[in-house]
Amino acid sequence: MDALLTLAASGIGDLLAFDPPGWGSRLLTGLIASVEIAVGAFGLGLLIGVGGAYGKLYGGPVARDLLEVYTTVVRAVPELVLILLLYFAGTDLVNRLLAVLGYQAVDINGLIAGIGVLGVVQGAYSTEVLRGAILAVPQGQIEAARAYGMSPGTMLRRITLPAMLPFAIPGLANLWLIATKDTALLAVVGFDELTQTTRTAAGATKAYFTFFFAAGILYLALTLASTLVLSRIERWARRGVPSLAGST
Amino acid sequence: MAVMSDAAVPRPRLQAWLKPHRIGLIVLALAIVLAAVFLMRWDWLPKYLPLALQGLWRTIWLLVLSVAFGLALAIPLGFAQAAGPVWLAVPARAFCTVIRGTPLLLQLWLLYYGLGSLFPQFPWIRESFLWPYLRQAWPYGLLSLTLSYAGYEGEVMRGAFAGVARGQLEAARAYGMPRFTAFRRIWLPQALHRALPTLAGETVLQLKATPLVATITMVDIYAVASRVRQDLFVTYEPLLLLALVYMIITGILIYLFRMLEARIPQRLG
Repeated sequence: MDALLTLAASGIGDLLAFDPPGWGSRLLTGLIASVEIAVGAFGLGLLIGVGGAYGKLYGGPVARDLLEVYTTVVRAVPELVLILLLYFAGTDLVNRLLAVLGYQAVDINGLIAGIGVLGVVQGAYSTEVLRGAILAVPQGQIEAARAYGMSPGTMLRRITLPAMLPFAIPGLANLWLIATKDTALLAVVGFDELTQTTRTAAGATKAYFTFFFAAGILYLALTLASTLVLSRIERWARRGVPSLAGST
Repeated sequence: MAVMSDAAVPRPRLQAWLKPHRIGLIVLALAIVLAAVFLMRWDWLPKYLPLALQGLWRTIWLLVLSVAFGLALAIPLGFAQAAGPVWLAVPARAFCTVIRGTPLLLQLWLLYYGLGSLFPQFPWIRESFLWPYLRQAWPYGLLSLTLSYAGYEGEVMRGAFAGVARGQLEAARAYGMPRFTAFRRIWLPQALHRALPTLAGETVLQLKATPLVATITMVDIYAVASRVRQDLFVTYEPLLLLALVYMIITGILIYLFRMLEARIPQRLG
């Protein structure tokens, strides 16, 4: 029994070793790919979210309704289905556009496709978060900015974004955590991020439990590290904001 | 979606809702739907309909059972964190952190491939009466969805239990209620009431998580759509129909939760 245990322990050490027979470096590469996609998707989602929130609050009636349809549909349909739909439709569309313009069809980089697809999904959620945050800003501040004759861009940069930040950070922090976990879904379309790499490693070595457990620990470490950083960012964003009764 | 809210609102609000630009948008949407119906390929539909209905049924029971079991687990998890002793609160919090900190897909694969590959090594498991079930995919799918829902809901219930006003519990104690009766009559109903709007959102998220079980060979509605795509090489049609099916289920879920919320009398002191 003891011999079996030491054998198992050394086996796990070998499997997760950094050098080529072990899979440690491959797993870390997968983790980095996951983080890259998460950062890209979160950033793209934020851009869409700022535009979407502005459109929903200040846009014309048609823009508002279209944005409502966008957020409703994205939040009601499983991410997995959206990823497949957007992945096929997106690559198809780009290639048809290239064909119309007279270029050769290209194979779209998995990283870019992943960021684009998850970014569209994240955009719907951050639209709602940012809309709520802008509404939580005392509206007098925005009116004052308008009264000063600020252009919408300046107003966004100087007043709306900084003032809404403390209200938006908790929701956005949540979205970032969702983004890191949603990258795992790209394994289903075969993109080599952490979960897919883990599956490959597990399939090759038959050590399913070890590898999925190790990947779980990597994801958990990413989440816990993010939580630490995010709580610091939240404290920074809330500096100077009088703490309201009922909120901490 | 539009049709749903039409049915829900009374007449004058419907007229207020139906502005000229909305009529234009609805006409445009109808045109797109009609174009999809007539220009795309739908001849496979009758052949796959029985399989699709089976898949739909599997998706729904998976959702209902995992929500029911998950909630049953989440209540003690939340209560342990909100009011339990340290030796119960710490494991409960650790469980919620781990579940919420790792992707569901990974948890599912850990259970199905990981545990699934460990079990056959133990003869006593292979000889037990559970073995015929442990060789199928659905117990793993149901278990991992249940644990996931319990993890997220445990956190929600923690907040809900902690948010029930102290005075309510003190009043219950002043009435001489035994502790369990006070929990059953006062604490739990108010916590559930507080958690209900969040539960609605989380249940929709749970519905959106169910297609992941298709990756461990369970044939739910998503897996049926994948099979259509593989058999016939039609890409968009099954996915679009699938999106529509999920949107309809989401609409029904939201409607049910709204009915449930309306049944509970609102009286804030």
